[in-house]
Amino acid sequence: MIRFENVGLRYGIGPEILRDVSFHIPERSFQFLTGPSGAGKTSLLRLLFLSLKPTRGNISVFGRDRSTISRHDLPLLRRKIGVVFQDFRLLDHLTTFENVALPLRVRGREEASYKADVRDLLEWVGLGDRMHVYPPVLSGGEKQRVSIARALIEQPSVLLADEPTGNVDPPLARRLLKLFIELNKLGTAVVIATHDLSLMEQVDSRRMVIHDNRVEIYD
Amino acid sequence: MIEELLRRAGADREKAAKSFRRMMPDGKANPILPSTTVSSRALTLVVAIMTFLACLTLGSVILVNRTAGTWQTQIAREATIQIRPAEGFDMDAALEKARALAVTFDGITSASIVDRAATARLLEPWLGSGLDLDSLPVPRLVVVTIDPVSPPDFEAIAASVARDIPNASFDSHRTWVDRLITMARTTALFGTGIFVLVLAATVLTVVFATRGAMAGAGHVIEVLHFVGAQQSFISRQFRHRFFLIGLWGAAAGGAIASLLFLALRLWGDANMAAPEADQAAALFGQFSLGLSGYGATFLVIFGIAGLTGLTSQLTVTAFLQDLHDGETK
Repeated sequence: MIRFENVGLRYGIGPEILRDVSFHIPERSFQFLTGPSGAGKTSLLRLLFLSLKPTRGNISVFGRDRSTISRHDLPLLRRKIGVVFQDFRLLDHLTTFENVALPLRVRGREEASYKADVRDLLEWVGLGDRMHVYPPVLSGGEKQRVSIARALIEQPSVLLADEPTGNVDPPLARRLLKLFIELNKLGTAVVIATHDLSLMEQVDSRRMVIHDNRVEIYD
Repeated sequence: MIEELLRRAGADREKAAKSFRRMMPDGKANPILPSTTVSSRALTLVVAIMTFLACLTLGSVILVNRTAGTWQTQIAREATIQIRPAEGFDMDAALEKARALAVTFDGITSASIVDRAATARLLEPWLGSGLDLDSLPVPRLVVVTIDPVSPPDFEAIAASVARDIPNASFDSHRTWVDRLITMARTTALFGTGIFVLVLAATVLTVVFATRGAMAGAGHVIEVLHFVGAQQSFISRQFRHRFFLIGLWGAAAGGAIASLLFLALRLWGDANMAAPEADQAAALFGQFSLGLSGYGATFLVIFGIAGLTGLTSQLTVTAFLQDLHDGETK
């Protein structure tokens, strides 16, 4: 589904952040992406999310060569990729409910068609009583859960999550992980970037470890 | 789809529905863009002030142009035959002859003798009232009205008057008319120049104020872009929002300018006989913009609103282009 071949990435004229990265993310797969701070996990996620283009190598996403994807097609491909940003990227003037519903709203869906889905998802992530609250009054953990719900609402083909349990307590982290696993069972490929060893220990899955600017895969 | 996911994950749908009913009052969803910010209020104010100034200039230019045109037409429409008195000269017969001669020419619509009373009134500012015209060698005038569409042959009239009527000369006022036409055209050109400058200043101010108001919107554009919104959708949202901001500000500025002209007109009408209103009317004509003036004001208002919307759209396009360029680097 997503394939990297000898991908390298550098910012400007700086050193290569990622070097000779080759891997394949198959459909319905589940993997953790880990490595020390500053190793390039977020950069790799940005490459996967098509918000960066590699300095060298090839990336193909849903069968299309990354270098040939036009500005017009980019949003259409992004709709198949759900992202949980480390800094949440919520809109402060929209309620929790509206932030989660945003991907559906920008596609022109009527509220009646998604109201129940958004409501149930928010209840599941523990924000059932915070639906009409605005992000500035939410805690970090709550914002993170809103961000997760927004990424899941369309059941994307791929879910990319950058430290999705970084700001929540262990019981809620387990609960969220369960949601990711069920999402995966329903057909979504999941990539979770995390430092949390205890989280990784809960699932026997593929691990992508960034070490020395390269990605090592442990199946 | 999400229902199946949550069912498998063990979600309690009934509980969620109850919670939703409790927490979400029925109401309109928030707009995708923040509705009112300090910067959008400042933009409204800037647009209102600049539109007010533009409409005020436009109205003034219309008034000046119209007044200049009126001066030009009124003066160009008249010429005079002057007859100087002499010993034993039958002035009345000469005046009548001059009047009769004048109307025989093509391009002259009428001719009338300035009678004794009118002549005395003309001289009153210099010679005082109670003037006895017979005791002074005062020249008399025949006023000739000219068809401005097909003016007569002035040289032929002058030659005929000089030949047929003793002591008479024809004054076509051409020297004065030419000077006034030049002055009127200069005034109109100057006014139009000022309007163009004010309009240019308005355009630049509105463009920069709109871009300033959008400076904080980068985060919103980015999030919309990342959740899969297409450029056309994002542009449409911003264009619509900023068009309304521009329209609101421009309508306020344009309305205040129009009301000002309306108030001046009412003041002029109410003081029609008063010296100050006469002075103002002599200089500026009537303070009435007319339908074309109000129509032009509407054009300015919608033009500025459209400019605000267009600027926001171009700013969004440029921002997304930068984002895309960043993505492709």
